Amino acid sequence: MLRFLVAKLTRAFLAILFVVTFAFVVLRLSGDPALMILGPETTPEALAAFRKSWGLDAPVWQQFLGYLGNLTEGRFGQSMRDARPAIDVVMERVPITLWLMLPALALKILLGVPAGVLAALKRNSTLDRAIMTFSVMGYAVPNFVLGIFLILIFAVQLGWLPSSGSATWAHLILPVIVLGTAGAGILARFTRSAMLEVLGQPYVRTAVAKGVPWWRVVNWHALPNAAIPTVTVIGFMMGSLIAGAVVTESVFAWPGLGRALVVAVSNRDLAVVQVILLLVAACMVTSNLIVDMLYGWLDPRTRIPKAGVGGG
Amino acid sequence: MGVEALAHRVEFEPPAPRVLPQAPRLAFRDLKVSFAAERGLVPVVHGVSFDVLPGGTLGLVGESGCGKSVTCMAALGLLGPRAVVSGSATLDGRELIGASTAELDRVRGGRIAMIFQDPMSSLNPVHSVGRQIRESLSLHRGLEGRAAEAEAKRLLDRVGIPSAGQRMKEYPHQLSGGMNQRAMIAIALAGEPDVLIADEPTTALDVTIQAQILDLLADIRAETGMAIVLISHDLGVIAETCDDVAVMYCGRIVERAPVETLFAGPRHPYTIGLLHSLPRLETQIGALEPIAGVVPEPWAAPAGCAFAPRCSGASALCHAKAPQLARSGGRSVACHHPQIRFA
Repeated sequence: MLRFLVAKLTRAFLAILFVVTFAFVVLRLSGDPALMILGPETTPEALAAFRKSWGLDAPVWQQFLGYLGNLTEGRFGQSMRDARPAIDVVMERVPITLWLMLPALALKILLGVPAGVLAALKRNSTLDRAIMTFSVMGYAVPNFVLGIFLILIFAVQLGWLPSSGSATWAHLILPVIVLGTAGAGILARFTRSAMLEVLGQPYVRTAVAKGVPWWRVVNWHALPNAAIPTVTVIGFMMGSLIAGAVVTESVFAWPGLGRALVVAVSNRDLAVVQVILLLVAACMVTSNLIVDMLYGWLDPRTRIPKAGVGGG
Repeated sequence: MGVEALAHRVEFEPPAPRVLPQAPRLAFRDLKVSFAAERGLVPVVHGVSFDVLPGGTLGLVGESGCGKSVTCMAALGLLGPRAVVSGSATLDGRELIGASTAELDRVRGGRIAMIFQDPMSSLNPVHSVGRQIRESLSLHRGLEGRAAEAEAKRLLDRVGIPSAGQRMKEYPHQLSGGMNQRAMIAIALAGEPDVLIADEPTTALDVTIQAQILDLLADIRAETGMAIVLISHDLGVIAETCDDVAVMYCGRIVERAPVETLFAGPRHPYTIGLLHSLPRLETQIGALEPIAGVVPEPWAAPAGCAFAPRCSGASALCHAKAPQLARSGGRSVACHHPQIRFA
């Protein structure tokens, strides 16, 4: 268990380091923050002064080493735009994004998993086909299309719900639906195929043959086995909680991290972009770790090694 | 091998006269099974009839795909929605075909238990062996908590699993194939059934373990008096375990007899072929006689006797008309030309 954890943590650390390096290099190659922030009519002297004050005149490797050094001391740099610590700029957005993403995740799970189970249990029925059609539509229609479509109907035509912003819980409804349906579609498909796989296993037949009522066969024998692949997908969704809503946040003008990322990138606000990417990477890696631990909990075959005793 | 010894020992002995006709525990009458497929209904079992007496042992033998498992699973309603089952299968006179799910749930595991070929995949990988036994104890005997725990341990002891208390907490992947099959038997015993259907119970196991499992089944039968239906493609296994044998070919019973009678003088050419294809001690290695030809696919079954295309003695009648199972002496044979070529 300890070796498993050390290996996982090492890999997690390397993944984060890779993301940080990649982001750092690409951001510095893809445009001049001085020009973006000060504007094109700034004098060359002012630009040079700006670059000097932010250390942008040093070679990239020197900047990178300095950045890593700061990271190890817990300093994430200053926002070039707000002149505040970048971490503060980012962290104040995190709750706003989670306020949107957590209900969306709940909707994905509460809608997607039961729909997938139902579709598998009623395989090839009209219900199954209906669920699968909706789930394909759910993830085939891009978020911005569904978002604009819902705004047109419920905000513009009917006037029932606000079209943008985050002031009240009513503002939540449309973006949560947009985010939730796509994820629910994906989850429904994964759950359905996992369930179908499990329902065809000999141990399900054994359970029926020993007189277990069908609802219990499904709940006690099939679902725990089908949960193993489904949890992988849910873990992936959890990992992208922080970053996953760039498009939807833009459509609904939701002032979360996704929008902050878009603004920071277009401004070349380097420190802010880097903090966001670091946070996203850390979330992904953490949720992967959680999924790995869940596997052990769900599946005794990964938790307990096969004993070396044979005999009949 | 036991087959040979048995065959020689009883060669010219007349079959023991059957004692008083006893009401069968399990009775199959003209059971037919078809599966819905894209090309329509594909018949797999074409009217099978046999009885299993209380405490009796019946071996169902035949090649894989001949319908022996399907026949038994049909009686328990285990075939799923694509199967169309007709005819009758009764347990102590009560019809099982078409019975309600609630009634079948009481029969399954409680009156008729079943164990399967691959014990490893037949046990649920995410539940401990003990929990899977306790589930049956709770369903069929209402045992919970400490009582269930103690009974589960007793059952694991009974099926010969050492340090049962420890093993109960373990998962199927931690046990060997033989141990898992013993655990399956313990689960089957948990409901105190009247009939145990053992579907190829030793096929996936090492030969030495096979014998142990068969001995265990024989012991348990002697102790509890439950009837056993043993499904196997292996005549040797049947010979060691069963009183009666029904040989199945392409969804029909082609020959049925007490095991001694069958081994001493098989009548159906398919049975003869099966016996000839068994390894015998006195013949050389490599001198096995395979049965020529292949089993016809269910959707391309011949009009007459299903075995006719592979039978050296087949006549025009055989190709035209399927023979019925007919009683003669202490046995039944479905053949237009029942012959003695063996013994």
